[in-house]
Amino acid sequence: MDVVQLKRQLIAFTELLFGEGFLDEQFNQLQQLQDENNPNFVAEVATLFFEDSERILNELANNLDKQSVDFKKVDAHVHQLKGSSSSIGAQRVQRVCIIFRNFCNERNVEGCLKCLQQLKHEYALVKSKLEALFSLEQQILAAGGSPSI
Amino acid sequence: MARNGAFSRRRASEGADWFDLCQANVEEAHVLAVDDSLVDRKVIERLLKISSFKVTAVDSGLRALQFLGLDGEKSHVDFHSLKVDLIITDYCMPGMTGYELLKRIKGSSALREIPVVVMSSENVVARIDRCLEEGAEDFIVKPVKLSDVRRLKDYMARGCQPDSGGKNHQKRKQLHGSATSSWSPLPSVSSSRSRSRSQSPLVDTPAAPCSPSSLESPTRRLRMTS
Repeated sequence: MDVVQLKRQLIAFTELLFGEGFLDEQFNQLQQLQDENNPNFVAEVATLFFEDSERILNELANNLDKQSVDFKKVDAHVHQLKGSSSSIGAQRVQRVCIIFRNFCNERNVEGCLKCLQQLKHEYALVKSKLEALFSLEQQILAAGGSPSI
Repeated sequence: MARNGAFSRRRASEGADWFDLCQANVEEAHVLAVDDSLVDRKVIERLLKISSFKVTAVDSGLRALQFLGLDGEKSHVDFHSLKVDLIITDYCMPGMTGYELLKRIKGSSALREIPVVVMSSENVVARIDRCLEEGAEDFIVKPVKLSDVRRLKDYMARGCQPDSGGKNHQKRKQLHGSATSSWSPLPSVSSSRSRSRSQSPLVDTPAAPCSPSSLESPTRRLRMTS
């Protein structure tokens, strides 16, 4: 595939991700911070986000598995994930976090468990979308083009 | 020093142009960023560097105080060689919160002149007021954007400006305009409104670590914005 086609694909895919709410304006902000001197900035932030999220999702599963759930701890973890998803523009993940915190406040274990499932789902989705996005950018670079739209 | 040299040259030619002077100084400014989130630290560091600041990023209030030479222990590092021109800190951090860090800095004769900006994902009037009252220059709602960081230059240039009184009051009115005026510790149902910076959806109620204290109840302050 040539550079022009690849770039068209990238634009269409990016529009889709924004349109479906996977990403929001903050992601655009991060892309503006990427340049020739920092060509992998967004991917680097995403990697940190993935590592952080996986750690937090594990902690959440552990904490919610207990006989007596420590909701303060659970809430603190969700608060962290809400923050990092907001910073990268992972809008759907962030929204689930907001609902999750309400359940924590109500000390509703079932609600929390449902949210955890939803979080895992949304996280997996945004991770695969972002990886596909970065892969497209790499292909454009390999074909001699520049991925910046 | 270059600063004085530039000043006398300008004075000699066209009179002191305050804004230009301040811009020139600000380009070498050193910002200390404090945030426990790795993702946020990376982002704020890049935002600052791209805005021509020098950056030191630390992950806690304690480390910030150590860096500033205020932890009671003798640091082997000469404080003056690491001059900090502005501190930007997250509010919600485990251990020492950004608010507590702010108080420590403003309570220190050595450090109180350093402008401090607080960042938070929670856009709440009571919290903003607490920070401003304690001497914070500004309160930035996360996620932090490039335009937020560009504004920081104003706080460093302040040292050059003849009058900085009354700004806190204006800043408060500005911030109240976009913040929520009521804070309820009761659980609220999340709405499906889209989250935008101009609105303030009060849909999340933190249980910890930054749970609302009695200080943040709506009866404490209810300001009308003009």
